[in-house]
Amino acid sequence: MINLNMAKIQLNGKKITIKQKFSLFNLLQKYKLDKKKIAIELNGSIVTKSMYKKKLIKDNDKIEIVHFIGGG
Amino acid sequence: MSEDKFKIAKTIVKSRLIVGTGKYKNLSETANAIKASEADMVTVAVRRVNILDKKKPLLMDYLDPKKIKYLPNTAGCFNSFEALRTLRLAREMGGWKMVKLEVLGDKKMLYPDMIETLKSTKVLVKEGFKVLVYCTDDPLMAKKLEDAGASAIMPLASPIGSGLGIQNKINLSLIIKQSKVPVIVDAGIGTASDATIAMELGCDGVLINSAIANAKNPILMARSFKNAVISGRQSFLAGRIKKNYFAIPSSPKAGII
Repeated sequence: MINLNMAKIQLNGKKITIKQKFSLFNLLQKYKLDKKKIAIELNGSIVTKSMYKKKLIKDNDKIEIVHFIGGG
Repeated sequence: MSEDKFKIAKTIVKSRLIVGTGKYKNLSETANAIKASEADMVTVAVRRVNILDKKKPLLMDYLDPKKIKYLPNTAGCFNSFEALRTLRLAREMGGWKMVKLEVLGDKKMLYPDMIETLKSTKVLVKEGFKVLVYCTDDPLMAKKLEDAGASAIMPLASPIGSGLGIQNKINLSLIIKQSKVPVIVDAGIGTASDATIAMELGCDGVLINSAIANAKNPILMARSFKNAVISGRQSFLAGRIKKNYFAIPSSPKAGII
């Protein structure tokens, strides 16, 4: 059965299901991520931090959240 | 003597030793080694957040980007598209405009693909990035990168992580002599004396990761590299003596009994 209240998305290569009308800001809250420490790409385009609350996630969206790790 | 300042794209970097933050046992060892190295700039990689582990410690919790300069890199990128994507994300993260570009061409040698590297440098410079470019030790390519607007040239000493040290002093010297932007020897340094040699050749700085992180005692090795870089720089500035085929006595001949 298709649940119309849920959206299937791909987050960092993993398939997850979230509520409809979930914003990027809500997504960060769900994963306890500090927006100062990450950057987000939505369907291949970078989303500026000021847009996180306005940008709502849609079905089939591909989202990448990145941060800095140790590297040479 | 006037103060010997190290500047990259008008930014003063307080140490000529730049260190990588990869390969350490954990983040606390990373932080301790970097503290011991007294580096002012560290390279960092951009990767996916682990969404399955919310409690995973973050690099930023151990190394405060307000206290130490983060230099985002493009390690693991094998074409211009991936490298540009990575650095644009890095800039969005916290406004980092100074970045290290490396576009690799071969998985076994991790040798830079200079055609893709040059192409990416041009795009990044146009977008306002200050680009430090990892490159081969080819003086002609180094010149092309400088002409394309690179903020620093980073020729390899030998393959990444190999510890083989400086394999081509002549090429490095040619690059150092011709470059108007800083030359930072990157990759392949195995031990502290390699860094001293690089500095004595006249390069402006060195970038070290594996040689410190994989040493038996990374903290002590970090301190050793700090001293080696200072020593090499002072030796370069002091000006070494000429090499002679025969001995020249150190004590005066006059007054010999």
